[in-house]
This record gives sequence, C-alpha cells and structure tokens, in this order.
Amino acid sequence: MNARVSASVYTSHVPAIGAALDNDKTAEPHWEPLFAGYEPSKVWMRDNTPDAIVLVYNDHATAFSLDMIPTFAIGTAATYAVADEGWGPRPVPEVQGHPDLAAHIAHSVIQQDFDLTIVNRMDVDHGLTVPLSLMFGRPDSWPCPIIPVAVNVVQYPVPSGQRCLNLGKAIRNAIESYDEPLNVQVWGTGGMSHQLQGPRAGLINAEFDAAFLDQLIADPANLALKPHVDYLREAGSEGIELVMWLIARGAMADLAGGSAPTVEHRFYHVPASNTAVGHLILAESGAETP
Amino acid sequence: MAIDKPYLDIPGTTVFDAAQSLKGYWLNQFCMSLMTADNRARFLRDERAYLDEWEMSEVQRQSVLDRDMNVMIALGGNIYFLAKIGATDGKSFQQMAGSMTGMSEDEYKAMMASGGRPIDGNRYVGEAQ
Repeated sequence: MNARVSASVYTSHVPAIGAALDNDKTAEPHWEPLFAGYEPSKVWMRDNTPDAIVLVYNDHATAFSLDMIPTFAIGTAATYAVADEGWGPRPVPEVQGHPDLAAHIAHSVIQQDFDLTIVNRMDVDHGLTVPLSLMFGRPDSWPCPIIPVAVNVVQYPVPSGQRCLNLGKAIRNAIESYDEPLNVQVWGTGGMSHQLQGPRAGLINAEFDAAFLDQLIADPANLALKPHVDYLREAGSEGIELVMWLIARGAMADLAGGSAPTVEHRFYHVPASNTAVGHLILAESGAETP
Repeated sequence: MAIDKPYLDIPGTTVFDAAQSLKGYWLNQFCMSLMTADNRARFLRDERAYLDEWEMSEVQRQSVLDRDMNVMIALGGNIYFLAKIGATDGKSFQQMAGSMTGMSEDEYKAMMASGGRPIDGNRYVGEAQ
C-alpha cells in the first residue's frame, strides 16, 4: 500500500496572527472574529490529523538572503529551528521533518523535470509556523512531521501559476509512489490580497479574493493561466503569494482524472494587520482507500 | 530584447525585480544581519558605525538612519528585508506599512479596520481616484 493525498489546506500566514497567538490576544475585538473562523478547522484537524504534511510557503528573507534565491526548495532535514526574524523566535515547537518521504518526493519530482533545490538545514519563519498555529493551536509539539516546500515569491520573476499547478501534480505523483500507507496533506499558504510597501500599502480587494477562492475550488486549470501582473495590480504586490495555493490545488485527485474535492471549510476575513485572510479545506471525495 | 515589465504602471508600488535587487544588495544584506539579538543591540548602540561596516551608498545609510522606508525601497530595499529594521525598533508590520502611505498610524489602522485601501482608483498610474 502506498501513501495517498487525503486533503489540501489553504491559509494566509500573516505574522501578526502569530504575534496575537503568542501574546494571548486572540480574544481582543480585532482578533476574535479571525480566530473564530479557524475553530472549525482545528476540530477538523483533530479528526483528520495526517501522517505528514507537505507545507508550501515562502521564506521571507529568513533562510534565503539575496545570496541564493531558489525558485522551489524542498526541506529534507529531520528538524527545522524556528527562526528569529528580528522580533526573537516565536515561542512554538521546533518543526520535525520527514527525511525519508522528503527525499523520495525530491527524487520523484526532480525526475518529473522540476529542478528542486534540496535543503538540509534551514530555519523556518512565520510563513510556515503561522499556518501550523492556526490549524493546531498551541500544542507542546506539532502532531505530525512537516516537509517544507519553499517558493520564491520575494524577488521577481516568481514561478507562474501554471508551473505551480504542475508542481502540485508532480508532488501528488511522488506521494502516491511512496511505499508506505501514509495519509498526507498538502498545504498552500500566503495571500490573500495585501500590499506591504509604498504609498499603495494597505490595498485589499475582497472581490478578487472571492473570485480566486471560487475558481480555485471549481476551475483551477484556468486559474493557473492568470498572469502575474493581474495578481500584482488587483491583489497587491504581496498578493502574488497566492500562486503558491495552486501547488496544493494541483495535488488533488481531480487534476489527475479523479473526482472533485469537497469543501470542508471556507473562511474569509478582513483584516489581519495589513492583510485579507482567506482559508479553505478541500478533502478528497473519492471513496478509494489504499 | 529588454525584459518585459508590465507592472511599471501600478501606482505606489515598486516591484522587487532583478534591477532593484542589484541596487539594494548590501542594504538588504545589512538587514539580514539584524536577525540576531547581539547584532540588533550593537546596531542600536551606534547605528552610524554599524552601517559604515556595510558597502552601502551614503544615501542608503541615511535612509536607514531616517527610517524612511519609501526611500529605502526606491534604493533597492525589499520589505521583507527592511522589516528586520522595524523589528529591531519594536515596530509591527502594520506600523511599517502605514509609514509609507503618508497617513498617520491611527488613520492607517482605521483604514484597515474598515476594509483596507480600495482597489478602484488604484490600478493604474494617473487613474482618477
């Protein structure tokens, strides 16, 4: 029996969400509606804790400076330290990796013509730890191993939506060829509309975000054709992070000829700090169990 | 053939591309150095001396001393690197982003709480607000 993809999870990874959690501010009026939106997610996660998560995120000038800028990088380490991004490290558990599955995915995906950078040591920043906090709360240790997949969305050009969708398909193939019956989730993080720089900072486009979520669910193949400049113009300079959601979406069965996923949860909230927060859980609907 | 940059007509926005990255290499690498508590303390003790250790232009150094994030971005800074200066000062991303808009901190906070900056009127340079 081989591994399988059971679900994909999508969420923004705003650093201020981590700070609100770490400083016990979740009940404050600004934050309460946001965290309420993730309560059903935490319940769902308790009932559907996977054996491993492939977590797609972007490094925010933490592990990768301007010295090296890999477009796609996969972590094959046993552990990842929580980074000091300038405020001191978040008080959250160290992240455990899954070196064997990660090495298998790297091998398979590279042989499917994606030039992944293999990373054996890196600190992980809010892009990876905030989604874990939102979905798991504040446990003493994270409940499963994490395989980080870091995508460059900081220096242009960033990978196209089509490239991201195709990478997701390749990751699915890789997982399904792993010779152990693991239940694996693929997460896509970042977004939604936001801009953190320049006189246009603070941009939010709720209409764009709603259309993106609709199309991500129902028509990802066409969503993947959206050009970069549409994200930049309509969703803000940092809204380009949304291309990473297409990697997780590409790992779902319907893009490999299977049936469409079911929407387990959908949530949208403005604002968290400067950012529109979007969140989806898509579960595989096929009854096939390996 | 020149690189196609279809994003140059987006108002109030500097896309961090290879040209910006080249200009801002040392400015951004200086920011990376602020990821340890020791360096943050040393920088705050004598900012000028710390900045002089880096191969930045004098205007880049001055923009850091002034905490003028719009100038830093024009000179090749990227927000995720520059955020480490704000973190060193104990500022949040909201305070940093707001500082670039010409609004007061309270005005910016109020704009975000009421749904953020609208997209209409903010798509193209010269577009009527």
